[in-house]
Amino acid sequence: MRFLFKTDYEDDIRLFPHSGHFVSYGILLAFLVVAPFVLSSYLVSQLVFVCIYATVGVGLMILSGFTGQASLGHAAFLAIGAYTAGYLQQYDVPFLVYFLAAGLLTGTIGALVGFPALRLQGIYLVIATISFAFIVEEVLARWESVTHGNEGMRVKTLSMFGFTVPRDGPTFYFLCLGVLILAIIGTLNLLRSPTGRAFLAIRDSETAARSMGVNVSLYKVKSFAISAAITGFAGVLFAHKLSFISPEMFTLLLSIEFIIVILIGGTFSLHGAVLGAIFLVMIDPFLTYLKDDLPGIIAGVAAAFGAGSATVAKIQSNVAAVASANGLKGAIYGVIIVLFVLFEPLGLYGRWLKIKLFFQLFPLYKRATFKRQKIYVKSERNR
Amino acid sequence: MSYFRADNLSLHFGGLKAVDSVSFAVEKGEILSIIGPNGAGKSSIFNLISRIYPPTSGRIFFEDQDITQQPAYDIAKLGIARTFQNIELFENSSVLSNLLVGRHRHSTTQLWQEFLFLPSVRASEKVHRRRVEQVIEFLDLEAYRDKLISGLPYGVRKVIELARALCSEPKLILLDEPSSGLNVEETTDMSFWIRDMKTELGITVLMVEHDMSLVNRVSDRVIALNYGRVIAMGTPSEVQRHPDVVAAYLGA
Repeated sequence: MRFLFKTDYEDDIRLFPHSGHFVSYGILLAFLVVAPFVLSSYLVSQLVFVCIYATVGVGLMILSGFTGQASLGHAAFLAIGAYTAGYLQQYDVPFLVYFLAAGLLTGTIGALVGFPALRLQGIYLVIATISFAFIVEEVLARWESVTHGNEGMRVKTLSMFGFTVPRDGPTFYFLCLGVLILAIIGTLNLLRSPTGRAFLAIRDSETAARSMGVNVSLYKVKSFAISAAITGFAGVLFAHKLSFISPEMFTLLLSIEFIIVILIGGTFSLHGAVLGAIFLVMIDPFLTYLKDDLPGIIAGVAAAFGAGSATVAKIQSNVAAVASANGLKGAIYGVIIVLFVLFEPLGLYGRWLKIKLFFQLFPLYKRATFKRQKIYVKSERNR
Repeated sequence: MSYFRADNLSLHFGGLKAVDSVSFAVEKGEILSIIGPNGAGKSSIFNLISRIYPPTSGRIFFEDQDITQQPAYDIAKLGIARTFQNIELFENSSVLSNLLVGRHRHSTTQLWQEFLFLPSVRASEKVHRRRVEQVIEFLDLEAYRDKLISGLPYGVRKVIELARALCSEPKLILLDEPSSGLNVEETTDMSFWIRDMKTELGITVLMVEHDMSLVNRVSDRVIALNYGRVIAMGTPSEVQRHPDVVAAYLGA
């Protein structure tokens, strides 16, 4: 086990508390830098999606994980970012300008959404954000002069400082990675300064936060704005990656995917946002596997157990029907969320912490360390 | 003019008069205790002062300033800190970050500076950290700095809540039952700390307390409440002998 011997207040502030972190994050960074040159283009493309989803995850984590305000409307913020990019690009606005404009616009709209949300809590806030997402979806479909309605919008290849950056090239990957890293570092900086602590205070006890001088309303609006702005930045990258955007891409299901990112990854930690994004991006290949290979495999197993050829064909077509049924994705998401909430409420990052502790304490680890316990001294909240 | 003054303060919930035109004054540097049976309106007075409830009528003055209409977060900025009867800590954070929230009213950094963690933010963080360390030393909390609140016993949480209030460097501190749930030894510690807060840190203390031995040990003056009304005011021994107080506690 490692004991940190702190000799300076700096030790409580620095981002990497001990030298071991430089090694592990250094290795990770080295891998990420080499990745586009050694991995197949399919995997690099998946990594780009991980970066984009993780950026949204970081944004949503600020709002839901750290400030405690649930949101099912982040697909709308992503859409606003994406459409800002698509729209401004038609007028040959340079990338950096429309990238920043997208963040600014989404942040402003996020703050505006934050105001009515001040009076809402819990499930009511979720409903309010869902309605916001529906409004945005509808506006995107109807405001044809700007968004081209349901026809959708082509997004041209990104060009920066006179260079074109193709959406499946390494440069685009580095761009997404850079945005993700900046978002993470910015958030970490926020968390070690008064604003971030005010967010955490609001999450745990609004009354206490208020009595310590935190302007709760102001900080909730700030949290909404920051969260939305980061999502807006991700939206620009999302638009470029897909090269085509249309309203039906930014549905409730996408918002639920973002909730999965932070819930599965582990609420309350930025590691969780990244792990959750990796998990989510891996669901799609899994679904493809279900559709393409699973019916054949099950039919093969049935044949091996001596089923007749007619039965085998029937089994295969039935399994194929189930595996390619509409809405299967939503159902799988639902099952995943329920299972994680029940059995691993701290998410993938929580599991990682447990594994790490197991090896740190090797023969002495007790399962009860992370057991959820009933707290009897829970305070009566003044609401 | 008194340092802190409540003028005909009332709080009615429908027909129930939780606080019924209560007036009292606190002088700078004194320790004033409010006692009274359950439901007498003691905590309600605190919640009125820290603006969790808006008063039905009456006014509150602090340092000659009318604070009755100030928003709740401004009360702390004026230098009035409080603790809660049922601990209100930030459960999922470490002790250090709980205490640093107490420093919130002194933070001057802007959002964009914090995003970049500019040297100015770093410098002010170190100042906050040093102040927090002084409070940690004052209340003997060295062993708990990096612990999560959710894993700490009740007695320690109580002290941490006091520490969080002290971190804001208040001029007036409101202690809502500082000894509830503490054992004899911890209560003794608490009484020394309350005394030291007055003599060493120069903080004015207004406290609600049930433990009469603690009240006797630390208070300069005592106010007794019953059914939302002031029934006696004076030194601890005067108030305890007052016939109305005896009647309120023991029945007439």
